[in-house]
Amino acid sequence: MYKYDNYDQAIVDARVAEFRDQVQRRLAGEITEDQFKPLRLMNGLYLQLHAYMLRVAIPYGTLDSRQMRMLAHIARKYDRDYGHFTTRQNIQYNWIKLEECPDLLADLATVEMHAIQTSGNCIRNISSDQYAGAAADEIADPRPWAELLRQWSTFHPEFSYLPRKFKIAVIAADEDRAAMRLHDIGIQLVEREGKLGAAFYVGGGMGRTPMIAPLIKDFVPIEDYLSYAEACLRVYNRYGRRDNIYKARIKILVHEIGAEEYARQVEEEFAHVKTLGIDPPAAELERIAAFFAPPPFESGLNEDIDRSDPDFAVWLDQNVKPHKQPGYAIVNISLKPIGGIPGDASSAQIDVMADLAEKYSFDELRVTHAQNIVLPHVAKPDLYAVWKALNEAELANANLDLISDIIACPGLDYCSLANARSIPIAQKIATRFADAERQRDLGELKLKISGCINACGHHHAGHIGILGVDRKGVENYQLTLGGSGAEDVSIGKITGPGFDEDGIVDAVERATDKYKELREPGERFVDTYRRVGMEPFKEAIYG
Amino acid sequence: MTDFRYREDDITEQPAVTLDAFLDQSNATAVRLEPDDDARALIPFLDRLSLIEIAFPKFRDGRGYSSARILREAGYKGELRAQGDVLVDQIAFMKRCGFDSFAPESSLNPDAVERAISAYDQFYQKAADAAIPVWKLRHG
Repeated sequence: MYKYDNYDQAIVDARVAEFRDQVQRRLAGEITEDQFKPLRLMNGLYLQLHAYMLRVAIPYGTLDSRQMRMLAHIARKYDRDYGHFTTRQNIQYNWIKLEECPDLLADLATVEMHAIQTSGNCIRNISSDQYAGAAADEIADPRPWAELLRQWSTFHPEFSYLPRKFKIAVIAADEDRAAMRLHDIGIQLVEREGKLGAAFYVGGGMGRTPMIAPLIKDFVPIEDYLSYAEACLRVYNRYGRRDNIYKARIKILVHEIGAEEYARQVEEEFAHVKTLGIDPPAAELERIAAFFAPPPFESGLNEDIDRSDPDFAVWLDQNVKPHKQPGYAIVNISLKPIGGIPGDASSAQIDVMADLAEKYSFDELRVTHAQNIVLPHVAKPDLYAVWKALNEAELANANLDLISDIIACPGLDYCSLANARSIPIAQKIATRFADAERQRDLGELKLKISGCINACGHHHAGHIGILGVDRKGVENYQLTLGGSGAEDVSIGKITGPGFDEDGIVDAVERATDKYKELREPGERFVDTYRRVGMEPFKEAIYG
Repeated sequence: MTDFRYREDDITEQPAVTLDAFLDQSNATAVRLEPDDDARALIPFLDRLSLIEIAFPKFRDGRGYSSARILREAGYKGELRAQGDVLVDQIAFMKRCGFDSFAPESSLNPDAVERAISAYDQFYQKAADAAIPVWKLRHG
């Protein structure tokens, strides 16, 4: 876990004071809502349908129990006793009062947290692999590199008024658990001849024009990492489109001029930027990396797990993943109870997860882009105790990566941009497929729902995706098949005409029934779809 | 009218000409860049320029920040002015990008500007100002 030094703390404290001043000016009527808007947006404060929503940054999705408890405290003190974990590994509070916001941020700052750049046309919170530091397949822990980017991008003077928002993900494994190529910049740490470097994928994203980021450079020597990122951003800041908000993301620039031409311009800019001395010395990376040293794992732990409790055994098989350290495991806590709101957790549940992290996971938690929580380092002999505590807090949903582990945006229940509700659709689908046996039989099936074309619910990357649209004042739901946000990244294809609220649930069921009929041994839903194509599914869905 | 100026030398009296006009007859000493002008076109002439004014027709259009840095990185020492939709809370970023004078379209409260530009003592990244980045403070 990264720990702030006096410099980091001074910057975050200064932000709290600055925002307090800005809020006071707004409340005193010295600045208009129009002038205040870009200021609050730089600080994650949105005006939604019913109230202000505040998005708090959880850098690369990593936090400790003290920070997690603060999130519960915020929910209790300033909100309605719950928070919503997001697809960008952050947390949102839906019922914030503007005048209380400065105090809220001051509370967050006491645990080295903030809401800086969680919105606005700037570089947003850096996301990463939720299994970082625990996964067997990583070549390095990506988080020090994400932290380096966090510091570089925080209040970057040149890149705070970009054409559009800018999202960066850093991973270090071939298995992509962070939807890396669906980011504006996706970085994969790679090794070549014993040296660490970074592969840069630029111009991915979802939204109304989904694109998979092309590879711009396969190996940036690690000492050039920040200079190369700066060059990527400068080319975008200068030449990204500003005439049309829907064409302003970097993916459009890269698409319009071509990946090769974009890469050439970056290379040219990089040759200049590299002379400016913006890359910190290796000692700085070493300083940061030391915070992410492996925890003091015990050796010789018993690898055998008592599976006599059948409910525990089911959870173990579904939600617990192998750890690189013998005797340890990665625990996934699903925030997707049947009929619940995906990603929501009560203050009490947040506290339970904090307690478990402190007691059983070397004080570490992760937030995943699938809106779940991870305890990254749990000793196998402790798994049963962890499960029991989770079960008591209604957090032992054994549905990781199954059809009811749905990603959904807040939709029209909260969001002022939405065209349709997402949450009730998620609830209805999860309820339809509530039977645990049935879900497990369907296997890995990533279902993702967005309530508007902005695609916060990642529907393009769903094995099954659902997009809510407004059709003449009526909510209508389009179905897509075949997307993926993993290393087999792909954009889903629309099946045909949309459905009403109940119709979409039926359509999903018909698609899964078809899959069961057509699948070959070992095939996931998306594999079968890729093998047979859209036609058989279309026939099943539309009859 | 320049409302906020952070330089000691005299204000250039000559009116700023457009980039195209400047490139046609480059005896002017003041030039104005629009957001889509390529600042690099001025690099061969920086020695003879005493004012470069960069236009911000809308505060959301951040191209001028890159233009400013490019000019400072190329060694430009003259006045670099931000003109147009320049707001209180942008001036600190602009200063870090190398601007040293500001001509906002609508008048700004000088106290608010002063508070905004002195809000932060530490900066994470190296930019076009004299601030020493935090990583350098940490490691010398």
